[in-house]
Amino acid sequence: MKIAARSSTRVELGRWVRSSVVVLVAAGLVPCFGVEETNALDASFRATVDLLKTRSFGEKAEAARAIAGHRHPRTLEVLTALLDAELYTERKTGRVVVAKGLDGGGFTIRDAVTGEELGQVGRRGARKISVNNRLRGLLRGLIAGIRLDDEDPDDRIAAAEAIADGADSSMRAVLDARLLVESDAQVIAAINTALVVFDLDADDETIRLRAIRASVRNLDGRVREKLTGISNDPTASEGIQAAARETLESIEETVARYKTIETVFFGLSLGSVLVLAAIGLSITFGVMGVINMAHGELIMLGAYTTYVVQTLFPGALEYSVLIAVPAAFVVSGLVGIGIERGIFRFLYGRPLETLLASFGVSLVLQQAVRSIFSPLNRSVATPEWMSGSFELLDGLSMTFNRLYILIFAGLIFAALVLVLQRTRLGLEVRAVTQNRAMARAMGIRSARVDALTFGLGAGIAGVAGVALSQLTNVGPNLGQGYIVDSFMVVVFGGVGNLWGTLVAGLSLGVANKFLEPYAGAVVAKVLVLVFIILFIQWRPRGMFPQKGRAAEN
Amino acid sequence: MLLGRLLKQDWGPTILLGILGVLCVVVPVANLLIPEDSVFHVSTYTVTLLGKYLCFALLAMALDLVWGYCGVLSLGHGAFFALGGYAMGMYLMRQIGTRGVYGHPELPDFMVFLNWEELPWYWFGFDAFWFAMLMVVLVPGLLALVFGWLAFRSRVTGVYLSIMTQALTYALMLAFFRNEMGFGGNNGLTDFKDILGASLQSDVTRVVLFVVSAIALASTYLFCRFVVTSKLGRVVTAVRDADDRTRFIGYRVENYKVWIFTVSAVLAGIAGALYVPQVGIINPSEFQPLNSIELVVWVAVGGRGTLYGAALGAVLVNFAKTWLTSEYPEVWLFALGGLFILVTVALPKGVVGLLRNLLGKET
Repeated sequence: MKIAARSSTRVELGRWVRSSVVVLVAAGLVPCFGVEETNALDASFRATVDLLKTRSFGEKAEAARAIAGHRHPRTLEVLTALLDAELYTERKTGRVVVAKGLDGGGFTIRDAVTGEELGQVGRRGARKISVNNRLRGLLRGLIAGIRLDDEDPDDRIAAAEAIADGADSSMRAVLDARLLVESDAQVIAAINTALVVFDLDADDETIRLRAIRASVRNLDGRVREKLTGISNDPTASEGIQAAARETLESIEETVARYKTIETVFFGLSLGSVLVLAAIGLSITFGVMGVINMAHGELIMLGAYTTYVVQTLFPGALEYSVLIAVPAAFVVSGLVGIGIERGIFRFLYGRPLETLLASFGVSLVLQQAVRSIFSPLNRSVATPEWMSGSFELLDGLSMTFNRLYILIFAGLIFAALVLVLQRTRLGLEVRAVTQNRAMARAMGIRSARVDALTFGLGAGIAGVAGVALSQLTNVGPNLGQGYIVDSFMVVVFGGVGNLWGTLVAGLSLGVANKFLEPYAGAVVAKVLVLVFIILFIQWRPRGMFPQKGRAAEN
Repeated sequence: MLLGRLLKQDWGPTILLGILGVLCVVVPVANLLIPEDSVFHVSTYTVTLLGKYLCFALLAMALDLVWGYCGVLSLGHGAFFALGGYAMGMYLMRQIGTRGVYGHPELPDFMVFLNWEELPWYWFGFDAFWFAMLMVVLVPGLLALVFGWLAFRSRVTGVYLSIMTQALTYALMLAFFRNEMGFGGNNGLTDFKDILGASLQSDVTRVVLFVVSAIALASTYLFCRFVVTSKLGRVVTAVRDADDRTRFIGYRVENYKVWIFTVSAVLAGIAGALYVPQVGIINPSEFQPLNSIELVVWVAVGGRGTLYGAALGAVLVNFAKTWLTSEYPEVWLFALGGLFILVTVALPKGVVGLLRNLLGKET
């Protein structure tokens, strides 16, 4: 007896807890309503939802509209369930429930109105509320209409686009209503696009014509699709067709122009990577006539420095790239000076041997990195402020990391020009470049200049590595991929000429990106290589060769 | 008398030809006649490996001809080697016939796989051995002729030329990686069945290929010696030592360079054609710049400008590579890199130069 009593208490307790949880949840979602009012709202919502229990799709559509108009926290869920064919009526009670199929054939059901778990029923315990395609379209629009009031602007944009896709003109009112209170410019633009799409289908010719005229600046794919449809539509009047064709043309023109701008931008960003990779090489090549095949590996060291900085200071991810730039400069610069002092200085005047020795260095560095960090690629995180994109013009967006690398390359280039033109080291470097023997005679310690120049070139390679770590995977083979390209840039621009390197890098980058859509990435690259090979036959010293005595050797 | 001229260098040529002659007799006997359980038996694997070394030696000799005697450092000789290999590979592909996975009588497997309807035009004729052999010589030769003519006529020299040749092989690698090129994409050409009707799997074929490689190496050596000891060879050496002065004397320097470059490329192509049936595959990675640079190291290690030194270097480095990559794989790149540095800084004349110094015969 005692046991029975206790267990019945527990049942009571359980029911109490469950119902109060439901109430609490409901109260939490709609804080302005009290318990009584929630029940009243539930009751009226249940009455609305029950309208779905009909065979006629027309009546179901009416019911769906009524549900959408109902301000109930579960409106969205009910409509989504209906769209996904998860809304059923329970046979025993006639309640509308959200049902999930079980493997065995039965369902777990939840009350559609309260969300209360109702346990499981057998396969025949619930009947599906069927929907047809027309109803599905309507539901999508209705759901979008509700989401149009969402707090997240991205969600609102998605909702406006979904409405435009649904092309259900009954949603006009929802859009108009939202437009009155909307403040976010991008959402307004999306809503306006949806409205234009609707107007383009309007029966009234003036509205239609106005919509066509209004869509000149609109680059949305849906608008273009609609306009193409209209311009080929024999039922439309002559004037409308002509207007559509004209608008379409001007839109295509804008698109083509944007495409060109975009290609130029991509090309410049690729070019700036090439410039960054090649400019250090240009210095060492120009000053010492030394081919440094380990240059790619110095870039790789810079990229790994970024990785190490991020691993050492996991908290400072946002600043890690900024810390990594000087760190990479120092690391690669020191390694560069080490290489110069340890190997290259024994090989001056023997450029081919230097080439081989530096290739040996590059193999050793690669294998060292492989042994220390593992042969697998390491991922370097991109800080928040470098990810994402921005809209330059309407419909023309660019990614931040490419833009920053472009700017970064410009800054590095400017700094380098300043160093070479305005500092004592720069003066000495230029003197040694032009005539080593004479410079030595004038009291310049050429050995010191060599070491420092090599360090400078290597340091810039390291800095380039930091930039590259933001674009590609960081792995032991990172440098190899850039070595041939950087040599091409240096040779194309003219050895020892910083401006030549800049022009060559940027123009090769742009040329590559322009060729890509026609020929594919690989063929574009091959074409550029072949072009350079042929160009060198024509001008063996590059675009901007050194002149005067310096050019003799 | 001619032989006397060719061998009158030091003991190197005699030793090289002697070793090759001994190998031609000993290896077939040890592989085919001595029973497998005997200590003197040489496995077919070893025969193939040795054959591979001989092809590399031939390739190194080709490079030494142009680098050691003409001072033109080509970082793209791997491309000529690979082109010769591809020409041979195409012949071997056509010999598969209906024995491929798809059993197509005309098209190689990869073309069937790509849904190609018919053989591309540049595959025609490769079912005939003589045509394929002609292409082994012609394709690398023509490429070198055109490239060399353009480059040397514009007086692209020194490191510029090296970089250009590197770009050449890099561009070819990118191109051959594409499936649309019709050379099997990144898988290359493989699954060869037989050559001139003889199965490539049989021991006898392997031994014959080995002997052919050895004879080819020996004749290449004699041919290169003939070239470098001829009057033309002396002009070429003069070009290496003083490009401008030779031109001022009145020689057309660029013609000599183009000629020697082309000959060298043809030899590299022959090396590639001998290499492919022995290893059984040719793919675009043969074009990668690293291979060509490694090849330069073989020559540098052996000693440039000696021909037999190049062959020695190729065998030494490749033996070390085979041994290290199986025993201590992570050490291999350190060793190769270190070798590059050591040879260029400390041993500018390679092993041969070192030996000559030790024997007190400074030349």
